[in-house]
Formats: sequence, C-alpha cells, structure tokens
Amino acid sequence: MANMAQAIRMALHYAEENLGVTDIFGEDVGPPLGGVFTCTQGLKTTWNSPLDERGIIGMAMGLAMAGQRPVAEIQFCDYIYNTIDLLKLAGNTCWSSNGQWNLPLVVMTPVGSGIRGSLYHSHSFDATATHIPGWKIVMPSTPLDAYGLMLAACEEKNPVMFLKPKALLRIKGEELIPGEPGDDKQLSKAIDAPLGDRSAWKAQWPAVGKHVVRIGEAKTVRAGEHLTVVSYGRTLPLCAKAAATLAGEGISAEVIDLRTLWPYDWAAISASIKKTGKVLFVNEDTEVTNFGEHLLRRATEELFYELLAPPKLLAGKFLPGIGLADALEMASVPQQGDIETAMRALAAQAP
Amino acid sequence: MAREAKKFSRPALVTHSDALPLDSALLLSMHGHMLRARCLEERLIAMYKQGHGYFWIGGPGEEAFNVPLGLLIKKGQGPAFDFLHFHYRQSATLLAMGEPTIGALRQMKNTATDPYSGGRNFAGHFSKREWNVAPVTSPIEVQYAMAPGTALAQKRLGGDAITIVTGGDAGTAEGDFASCLVWSSRPGQELPVLIVVTNNRWGISTPYGQVQGVQKISDRAVAFGIRAKTIDGNDPISSYLELKEAFEYVRTERKPYLVEANVSRLYGHSSASGANMTTAEADCLAQFEALLQRHGLLTAAKAKAMREEITEQLLAEARLVRDEPQPDPSTIFDHIYA
Ligand SMILES: Cc1ncc(C[n+]2csc(CCOP(=O)(O)OP(=O)(O)O)c2C)c(N)n1
Repeated sequence: MANMAQAIRMALHYAEENLGVTDIFGEDVGPPLGGVFTCTQGLKTTWNSPLDERGIIGMAMGLAMAGQRPVAEIQFCDYIYNTIDLLKLAGNTCWSSNGQWNLPLVVMTPVGSGIRGSLYHSHSFDATATHIPGWKIVMPSTPLDAYGLMLAACEEKNPVMFLKPKALLRIKGEELIPGEPGDDKQLSKAIDAPLGDRSAWKAQWPAVGKHVVRIGEAKTVRAGEHLTVVSYGRTLPLCAKAAATLAGEGISAEVIDLRTLWPYDWAAISASIKKTGKVLFVNEDTEVTNFGEHLLRRATEELFYELLAPPKLLAGKFLPGIGLADALEMASVPQQGDIETAMRALAAQAP
Repeated sequence: MAREAKKFSRPALVTHSDALPLDSALLLSMHGHMLRARCLEERLIAMYKQGHGYFWIGGPGEEAFNVPLGLLIKKGQGPAFDFLHFHYRQSATLLAMGEPTIGALRQMKNTATDPYSGGRNFAGHFSKREWNVAPVTSPIEVQYAMAPGTALAQKRLGGDAITIVTGGDAGTAEGDFASCLVWSSRPGQELPVLIVVTNNRWGISTPYGQVQGVQKISDRAVAFGIRAKTIDGNDPISSYLELKEAFEYVRTERKPYLVEANVSRLYGHSSASGANMTTAEADCLAQFEALLQRHGLLTAAKAKAMREEITEQLLAEARLVRDEPQPDPSTIFDHIYA
C-alpha cells in the first residue's frame, strides 16, 4: 500500500488533473527534489520558490485572488511562524470584505516529532493553527485519509491548512486508494523519482479515482465502552495500539480520529463521551493553550452531568523545544506508554 | 541613476511656463478628481471630529499622484484586468476610477451599508472585487507579498493586465517589500507588477532619515535589475507622464517597475495624531490650481464654486449616512467562510 507521502502525491496529481490545481510550490517542491519528504515528486504544476515563507503565503493568496488554485508548502511548520500575520490575513479576507473575496488555497506543512528532528524539525502547529479563524484545518493519520482530505482541501473555496504528521509520512497504509496498484514495488517504480539523474524521469501515474474525506468528519477507528480517546496525527495510531493492548486487560476504549481540527466533529465526540462517560484528548503540541484544552472545556461545560471522571488531556510538555537526544524527545511528547498509562488511570477512576 | 537614462516611449516634457503637455480636458478632469478627493478626506475628518466615526486615515496630500494612477488603471474583475493591492491613502485613486464618494462615508460611519467591509473596517480600507481592489489591510506591507501572486496569474493569462501595489516609505523596511522585489524579478519569470512607494518621509512620527540609510527607495530596485524611478508626486502632470511610461513598460514588457513618488502628508498620519492641516508641506492641489489659473484653464472663482458644490454634496451624503443603521450584532459570524 502507498505510504502517506505517496498518497499525498497521488492526491495532488488527481487535483491537478481534475480539481483545477494550478500551482504546487514552495522550497524544493519542484524538480529535482520534489519536496524534502517527496510529497510533490513528478507532478506537473510544481515549482521551486525563493526561500521566503512570507513570500510563499503571499504568492498563494495572490494566486487565489486571481482565480488560480494554489497548493503551497512550508517546508517544515517550524518555519511557518513568520507567516502568521499573512495566515491571519488569509483567514480574515472573506470576513473583512463582508463576503466579497474568498481565497481557495491550500497550505501544507509537515508537523510534529518522530524523526529526531531536535528544536526546529519537531514543532507542532495545531495549537497555533486553531487560533487563526477563517481557516479549515485538517490532519490525517492514514494514507487513505491523507488522500481524501487533500481532495477535499483542493475543492474548498476557503483556505485550508493541511498538517502532515511527518512521523507517519513513510508509514504504509492498510487501505488501498481507489486506482492504486496493489503491488508496492510497482507503485514505487511508477511514482517514486529515481536516485541520481532525474532530468528525463516522468511519473507513471496510476488512474487514481475520486475519494473525498469531507472536512469536518471524524472517524471512529475503534469502538469501545469504557472511555473515549480523541486524537489526530502522529499520536492517533499510538492511541489505537494502546486501546488494543488495554483490551487484553478488559478495558474497552473507543478511539476517534478527529481528522479535521476546524471545524471539528463535535457530534462524534459528544456522542462518544455520552456513551462512555470518560474522555482523554491526546496530541503532541505544547500543553498550555493547547487545542485539546478547548475540547476539554467544551466537554466539561456541555457534558458535565454525563461525565464519570474528569476529562483529561495528554499533550506535549510546555517546553521551548524538543531536545535531540532520544531520551529527551521521548520525555517531551506523548509516547505509547504514556498514552496507555493515562488510559488505564482514567479507566480506573470511579465516581 | 544609470537605469533611468534609458527612456521608454517617453512623451517630450514641455516646461509648465510654456504650453502644458497634457490636453486641457485631461488636466481639468484630473483637477476635478483631486478636488473631490480632497473634499472627501476633509469631510471624513470632519465626521471623525464630530463623533461620526472612530478613526480616520486617508490620503490628503497624495492626490496629484493618486489621481493619475487611477486614470491609468484598466479596471474590471479577474486577471484580464489590473489587480490593485493598495494601502490606506488611496481614496483619490478610487475616485479617479469612478467610485462614488458615499461608500467612504459609510465606512467612516461603520454602517451596515459600508460597501467595502460592512462596518467592520477602518476608513480608507477599500475593497471592491468588481475592480480587483484587494481588501486594504492595516498590517503594513503585507500587500507587497501578495502582489506577485496576482501578477503571476496575469502573466500566465497573457494580455496586458498588470498588478499595482502601493505603500508608504517607512513600510519598505519590512521584509515583504524585499519579498516583492525578489518574487517579481526571478530570472526568466519576471512579473508585471508596478511597485509603488509613496514617500512622505514619515512613518507616523519617525522621520525617514532617522531609520533608513537608502538615499532613494528606488535604488533598492537596482540590485534586482528592476527598472525604477523617483518622481515628484506633488505634480500631477509629471506624475501622469511618468506613470504612463511605467504602465506602458509593465504592460508590454511584462516585467516589474518601481515608482517612488515624493508626496506630502497634509493632515498628519491619522486621527491618532490629530488630523490637523499642516502648512509645512507642499499642497499639490493648491499648486495645481495656481498652475491651471496661470494657463487660463481655471479661475479662482470657478475653483471656489466647484469646492462649494462638492462640499455641499458631501454634506448631504453625510447627513444621509448618519441615519443609516449599524450592522446587526447577529451578523458577526457572517462571511467567515465563503
Ligand atoms: C506591521 C505593522 N506595524 C506597525 C503598524 C502601525 N503603523 C501604522 S501606519 C505606520 C507607519 C507607516 O508609514 P509608511 O509606510 O511610510 O506609510 P504612511 O502611513 O506614511 O503612508 C505604522 C508604524 C502597522 N499598521 N503594521
């Protein structure tokens, strides 16, 4: 099966061919590299931009204003911070003009830990992104969802922030993308750029089909009775694994992959909490003014009398960065063991 | 500057003491727009001072440059027409393009009828999609980061439409100004952007010379191979001729051009600094009226009568706007998304 980088690439190919995407650009996005995580290899509308993040966002906004449909990449979300007032502007252009203007653009950027990236290749961006109104924000945890969310993003009339969990970009999926060849070697040969000289290389795209994951729809990846775990991105598969482990101990956990951070699927979250009475939110951004804190507040305010235990948040430590050494990274952001511990503790709580 | 030497289809300049180099209909039309723009700004300031608005910022003192700019724009919607990324001193350009005055009054009074932002944004923050006027925003210089995007779409389309971006001198210290120079001059991928800097030598209270060492902002273009010129933005005739040349170059060559226009700031930075008239800076309107009078194209009495008529009309519009409703609080969530 395709990994997430290949899935994004195939989605962008589909979007170039069918959804009117005109420009896929950013630092090292075009040939020969096709993106530092290979997400843009072989595509026909890619180009290399100057090394200027503000210029990249501004270019995307201008293109969108003039009727193009850009997908811009910020190479690592660690370097998106100097664009925040342009992101705010993209988010308020429709509102400030009282509905005159809209900006159909996608910004994609790799986020999170998991590659021993130290201070500036490990940042998360979900907490900050969810502070910027006017955007839709998605973050897949599987290749198929990455494919479907990218198609949805490229059909949107509004700015979409597509967060790529970098720890999962190389992980193969368990579900086929429509039209994807079943044989991984065959897929790789067709769409992965060769090593060495690539000047004559062209991708042989499989005839991938339409598969849209609607923005705003969460997915219950495991049903359960005793507690609800809500996560997204890198920590989602860890939560699913933790739930499988705990099932052996008689703890039945329901795991929800949020997939869209804004506008998020409160109906799915609240229905699950009403069923289980307990909820743990898990993400790896720093825990102070974390997006999970918003979900905690809402769960507490709206579902207080449904709860059997205080809702919990497991998030990254409030640190200036993630240290390079393995022990430092492990101690800074939630790992599977931390998630299991938090789930066990929550399951054990009695009113 | 060496680059200035090569002229691009430049009409011969005749000295003002002699025959004027533009025909009298155009001169009088420019004067009419300048006068209306000045009266509009004065009405907006009066509204602010009477409590009919929270904040004023605008362009009195820039009319001699902004009117010719507006007259040269190819207006319309979409990339086949000029794209406009303006800052907040551009009222005269909008009027010269044919925009009625009442919208600016409505924005000042933040009424629901404000055509640019529905009562959401400050005075002078125009937005008009029908004419590709991108929303004017408060963060200084961001428009320079966006301009290459619309210009790329225009270049791709073919045709002669261009992107025009304007801003002040102080803002050129921001990185977005450099972004505009970089992105519009990529080798072989130059973009049709007219990069305008209106230099009033102030950033609120900070004099230009105190914080920037560049003698002329137009010199910034040299390193990028961008054609550039510093012009007298207080003279509507030379502004028109210089802009015409710049527009022609960008339209036909599909490459960037930087115009730095020296202008005045006649009512201070904004209402935050009092919005009071200064006599310490040149008044382009008074100068132009004197010139037109010397050439027998205008009389003092005619100018006075025109001013009175426009003022009367603006007063009537202000009275109308005064009774228009504020936006309904229930609308705050409208238009977050398209
Ligand atoms: C990014 C940013 N920083 C600061 C301000 C506050 N501010 C508003 S106008 C201004 C001065 C701008 O001067 P200049 O660019 O020369 O334009 P002018 O107002 O003189 O036309 C400042 C500092 C702002 N609006 N945006």
